[in-house]
This record gives sequence, structure tokens and C-alpha cells, in this order.
Amino acid sequence: MGIVFQKPKSITDVPMHYCPGCTHGIIHRLVAEAIDELGIEGRTVGVASVGCSVMSYDYFSCDMVQAPHGRAPAVATGLKRAIPENVVFTYQGDGDLAAIGTAETVHAATRGENITVIFVNNAIYGMTGGQMAPTSLPGQVTQTTPYGRDVKTAGYPVRVCEMLATLDGVALAQRVTVDNVRHIAEAKKAIKKAFENQIEGRGYSIVEVLSTCPTNWGLAPTEALEWLRSNMMPYYPLGVYKDVTKEGAV
Amino acid sequence: MPEKVLMKGNEALAEAAIQAGCRHFFGYPITPQTELAAYMSKRMPKVGGTYLQAESEVAAINMVLGASAAGIRAMTSSSSPGVSLKSEGISYIAGSDLPAVIINVQRGGPGLGGIQPAQSDYWQATKGGGHGDYHLLVLAPSTVQEMVDLVSDAFDLGDKYRMPAMILADGMLGQMMEPVALPEAGEKKLPEKPWAACGHQGKREHNIINSLYLQPQTLEQKIRDRYERYHLIEENEQRAECYQTEDAELVLVAYGASSRIARSAVNKVREMGKKVGLIRPITLWPFPTKAIQKAAKNAKAFLAVEMSMGQMVDDVKLAVQCQVPVHFYGRTGGMIPTPGEVLGEIEKILGGDR
Amino acid sequence: MSVEKDLNIVLAGFGGQGILFAGKVLAYAGLQEGKEISWLPSYGPEMRGGTANCSICISKEPIGSPLVVTPNVLVAMNLPSLDKFIDAVEPDGLVLVDSSLIDKKVTRTDVKVCYVPATRMAEDNGLKGLANIILMGRLYEELPFCSEKNLDAGLQKCIPARKADMLEKNRQAFELGRASKE
Repeated sequence: MGIVFQKPKSITDVPMHYCPGCTHGIIHRLVAEAIDELGIEGRTVGVASVGCSVMSYDYFSCDMVQAPHGRAPAVATGLKRAIPENVVFTYQGDGDLAAIGTAETVHAATRGENITVIFVNNAIYGMTGGQMAPTSLPGQVTQTTPYGRDVKTAGYPVRVCEMLATLDGVALAQRVTVDNVRHIAEAKKAIKKAFENQIEGRGYSIVEVLSTCPTNWGLAPTEALEWLRSNMMPYYPLGVYKDVTKEGAV
Repeated sequence: MPEKVLMKGNEALAEAAIQAGCRHFFGYPITPQTELAAYMSKRMPKVGGTYLQAESEVAAINMVLGASAAGIRAMTSSSSPGVSLKSEGISYIAGSDLPAVIINVQRGGPGLGGIQPAQSDYWQATKGGGHGDYHLLVLAPSTVQEMVDLVSDAFDLGDKYRMPAMILADGMLGQMMEPVALPEAGEKKLPEKPWAACGHQGKREHNIINSLYLQPQTLEQKIRDRYERYHLIEENEQRAECYQTEDAELVLVAYGASSRIARSAVNKVREMGKKVGLIRPITLWPFPTKAIQKAAKNAKAFLAVEMSMGQMVDDVKLAVQCQVPVHFYGRTGGMIPTPGEVLGEIEKILGGDR
Repeated sequence: MSVEKDLNIVLAGFGGQGILFAGKVLAYAGLQEGKEISWLPSYGPEMRGGTANCSICISKEPIGSPLVVTPNVLVAMNLPSLDKFIDAVEPDGLVLVDSSLIDKKVTRTDVKVCYVPATRMAEDNGLKGLANIILMGRLYEELPFCSEKNLDAGLQKCIPARKADMLEKNRQAFELGRASKE
């Protein structure tokens, strides 16, 4: 009997700790598939950030470095500058990338640091138990916005791709999601492109993946996907915000 | 022996780091260390290295973390307020068992403090700075020549014990020029680093550089293992210069810039026929307790001289273990004690005024 | 003041007068002579607009503090510098004053003061910007702390080979300073 489906080679056998219905698993898989298809596992180094994906260093079978909260782009800069032939990616959540690590993110991007950034935006702090994230939506109820995010006091969400697309050093800024098969296929293409850009030396590539957090949103997995579609996607439109391989399209 | 040249401490140290095989420097401007970064920006491109001006000290130390994780020699430099910002990264580097070299050209604090030389980051350097059970190797040069000599020791020791090493200098040493003999240029053989996250090329299991251990048993064991290494270092790597201590009744203890002043004072009182000596710690961690304890057998008292309100004096007291009195004299905030002031303190102690 | 003594020198003036450079010349000359040397600049915001100064120690013994608090040689190239340091000069010390920029006379009687109109001399002799070296020439004439050969070697160390014309001008300025002693 032929094998019709299997785990990507770039994923280890360590059981993942993610909650049921969480989309981290899908995104991990897409990253691993891209690494496998490009045949770069042996020269890829991943940077795990602080948040739910902190233990992704156990799940990817390439060399991995765990970075302090928010500092993944700086750590990746060091790794990439040390051995430019290697392929370096960061895997960061919204708190890590868009709150505590905003400076590192913006400056790695504007330097055109030749790295690949996988940005998982689920509009909440998952690991610490559901606090407001920089990307939590106006009115969204979280542990630290129990009456809903009031933009008058808590400010507005950050649209990361739109912000970074303004920077000259960015090669690719694309927002995708993984709520259905078609979107997953698109996300896969974007992630692979973000790695290809690095191999071609094009500069900083970020793929923002709108993701769910059923546990901290207090929803069943299918409801969570529906919530993502009806609340997150209107605020964070999917699309390509910058792509240097298609300049002029912006 | 190469010809001696006049160089600022900051620049001489930078050149020595390059000679020690450092090809990656990540920094952020701050007085009085700026010449070090400027020198690196000029030299690194010429030796095929990387100079990168980071967006902050926080980013710079994490770039060092990344480069060091890749297995190469990396370094950052700053001055006191900047080192506070680096403390997070230093804790992670220690917790990830990575070597790295951090330069602190100290200035007055706390807060923005001042820009004149100080030694008030002793506690920060030797007792932590960042969170958690860990140590840094801390080396304290007292001349421009030592700025050069100790930086390659810092890289070597850091690699040997897989831990961060700090050069604790100050604005005086960074800014002053003295004759210095630079190491001969040449390819240095650097140690293999089989633990590095440099890409496994399909030839080994994946390496993980990490400081997270959610099981307390595992974390405790990890720390205990690290402390075994620390004990080994305390046993083998203590360094101090003992000057005129053989017959000394009063032993001064001073490091770095203040040791130069203490030495002048010792020379003056020796001319007056008084038995006074100086122990100059070269390693601040491990603190040279053995040298202090040896001197304590004959000495009637110790006098710590620092450019702070009294930080190293704690370690002198711990080493002396209440056998004899330990006195303190210090200036702080960027003020440099004069030999005359130290002389006055010595006379007070010898005269029994205290 | 005897040339046998260790020299603890403070050079002070405005930024741009070549204070740090002049100090470097002295330091290199001392180094050629086989002496212990230190050179410490003032640093920080005061370098812009205010006074620039530097401490040079030339000694037979290893140097303790490179910061000269009580100089036995003071070279003042502007009034604020003279006012700032004159009281700190050791008795019997040497004070050089650029009298084309400083009108004031030193009232202390326990130090030797040389008034050298260095800035005007430089301008009169087509050596604009070399008042600092004229003063170094006079300092050397008062206190020849090294051989002439080593002094010239010090100058050569401080001036890059590609600026050979500058070396000649510096030599001229230096000699002018030496000759200013009657």
C-alpha cells in the first residue's frame, strides 16, 4: 500500500502541546512543508519566541534557538549575520511581535534583514491565559479588557502588514489565514515564497497568519473559525501588502 | 615584541577583540564607550566581519545571542545605563549556556547618572544584573594594555566554560591613551562548538539553544550542573596582582582605575617606611578570595578603595571573614579619588583613628 | 620646576585649537624617549563650545591616575581655561599663556609664567591653526623632557605621512615657539 499522507520530515515526533482547535498545528505543518520542499532543513535555523509557540523548538527538526520575549528578530539577525548561507526564520505571536518586540520587528524589517518571519495573529495572549493583545479587536472581551477593549483607554489594534509594507527593506508582507482548504493552500504558497525570498537574498519577508484561540476566546473550534471570519478578517483584510517580485502592484 | 603605539583604551580593546577572532559586533552608541563601536565600524568591513548598529541595547545583546548561538565569537559594548538594558539578554545567554563578550565602560549612575568614570556597576556585574541563578566571568583591566590582554582571555574563558564574560572597564580606561603592544595579527584557531545552532546539514540531531525548563526538577538540575562549572571556575580562574603585600600590615584592595590611584598611594606611604600593600583583583568574578585570605594571615586591616559607595568591599569582607577590620574609601558619581585622599585614609587607619 | 621631575601636564583651551593633538605630540615624544606615558582627554558635552582639555603624564614610573588634578605644567589657550586651572598648579610649576587670546596676567608669584602670543605668531608666520604647536615648542624650550630627535619622531607619529607639508609647518611652528624664549 502506498503512503498517501504523512508528517513533514521537518516536524519531529514530539507530541505538540497545543489546545484542540488551535491553528498553530496547521501553521507549523505549512512551515515544515515549505522547508521540506525547498530541501533546506539542514541549513535552516528557527527562532522560537515567547508565547504559545515557545516550545516549537521541540517540534521543528532543524536547529532551533529560543529567544527572549520580543527579541526573535534580533536573535535571527545575529544568526543570519553569523552564517549568511543559512536560512533563518522566526515564529512569533502577536504579543511577541507587535507589542514587546515592535522595535526589533520594525528595525529588522527596515534593515531588510534577510530573514523569514511567520507571524501568528490570534488577537489574544494565549499562553498567559487570555489577556489583551496589541491586535485584540475594539470591543473584544479578554481577561484584561473584561468590558471589551475600549479604544479610548486601550488604544487601537496594530495592523502589522500594512505598517511594515511602508518600509523599503521589506520584500514581502502578506496576510493569510488557515480557516479553510483554499486559504490554507494560499498560506502555504505565501510561506514558501517567504523562504524563497530569503534564499534569493531579497530581504525581510513576513507572512501574517490570522489564527484562532478557541480556549481563550471561549469558543468551540468551529465557532472560533466562524468568529475569525466574521470579526478578524474584516479588520485585518487578507492580501499581499508588499511583494518586491511584483513591484508596481502595490 | 611588536612596537608600542598610543591608543585609546576603547580602540585598543576593539582591535584586540578582532585579533581574538571576533568578527561580529553589535552595538548602540553611548558615552564613554562610543570609540569602541566607531572603531569596529571602521575595521570590521575590512576583515570580512559584521558591524551592526542595533536599534537599542536590548536588540544588540540579542543579536549577540543569535550570533553566539550560531557558534561564532560575538561581542557588544556599552556603558552603565546601556548594560542595564542588556541585562535581560545576558540572563538568557547565561541560561542558554552561550559564550559572549560584553564590555561595560562604566560611568556614574543610577539612572542617566553622568558620563565620567565610575565603578558603581560592580554589583550589577558580579551579583547578577539580570534575573536568575547565574554568574558572568568578570574581568577588570587597569591599563590600556590590559584592556587588550583581557579581551582575548574573555573570549577564551567564555568558550571554555560556555558562559558570558564581561570586561568591566570605566570611562577613564576607555578614553585614555597609553602605550600598548597589540597582539600579532594571525589566524587564531578557535574551539569547535558541536552544540551550535548552525544548521545540522542532515548529519546530526537538531541542536536546541534554550533557557526554558518548565519542570522544576529539570531546571534545578540544569542550574546545579552550571554551578558545578562555577565552582570549578572559582577554584581555577581567580586572578589578582599582589603588590607589596608580603609584609603588609595594611592591605588596600582596588581594581581597575581606582587600583592605579591606590598604587600611587602605596608607593608614597612605602617611601615613608610604612608597610602597606595592594591586592588588585583582575577577576571580579571569580573574586580572588584566595589572595585576600593569604594576605589576611599577616595583615592587621584591609582598605577597599573604589569609585562607588562601597560594593566590592562586601566581597573583601566575605573573604576576610571578620578576621581583621575591613575599611572602605570611595568617591562616586564620576569623581576620581586622588592619591592624597587615599593616603589620608591610610594614615587614619594606621594611626588608629578608626 | 626641573625637567628631572615627572611631568603632569594640563593643556586647555577651546575645542578646535588642537589641544588634544598637541597632547598627543608630547605623549608620543615621551614614548620615544622610553618614558611612561598617559593621555586623557576631557570628554562629553563640554567638548562642544566650552573648554577642551587634556591631561598628559610623562614619568619614569608607571602612572597612577592619568587625571592630572594638580599640574606642574599648565598650557592655557583661553581665559576660562586659565581661570579654571591656575589655582591648581603646583608651586614652582610652569604656566604657558597664549597672550594673544588672554589679556589677564597671572597674579600668583610662586609659579613661572611665560606669556607667548602664540595665535598671533602663527597668523604672522603663515601657520594659522598651529598656535598649539608654537606653545609646545616653548614648553620644550623650558623643559626639554626628551631629545630633539625623539621630539621630532613624536611629531612624525602624529602627522600622517601623506601630509608631509603639514609636518614641515609643524616643525616651523615648533621652532618658532622655542625661539620665543629670550
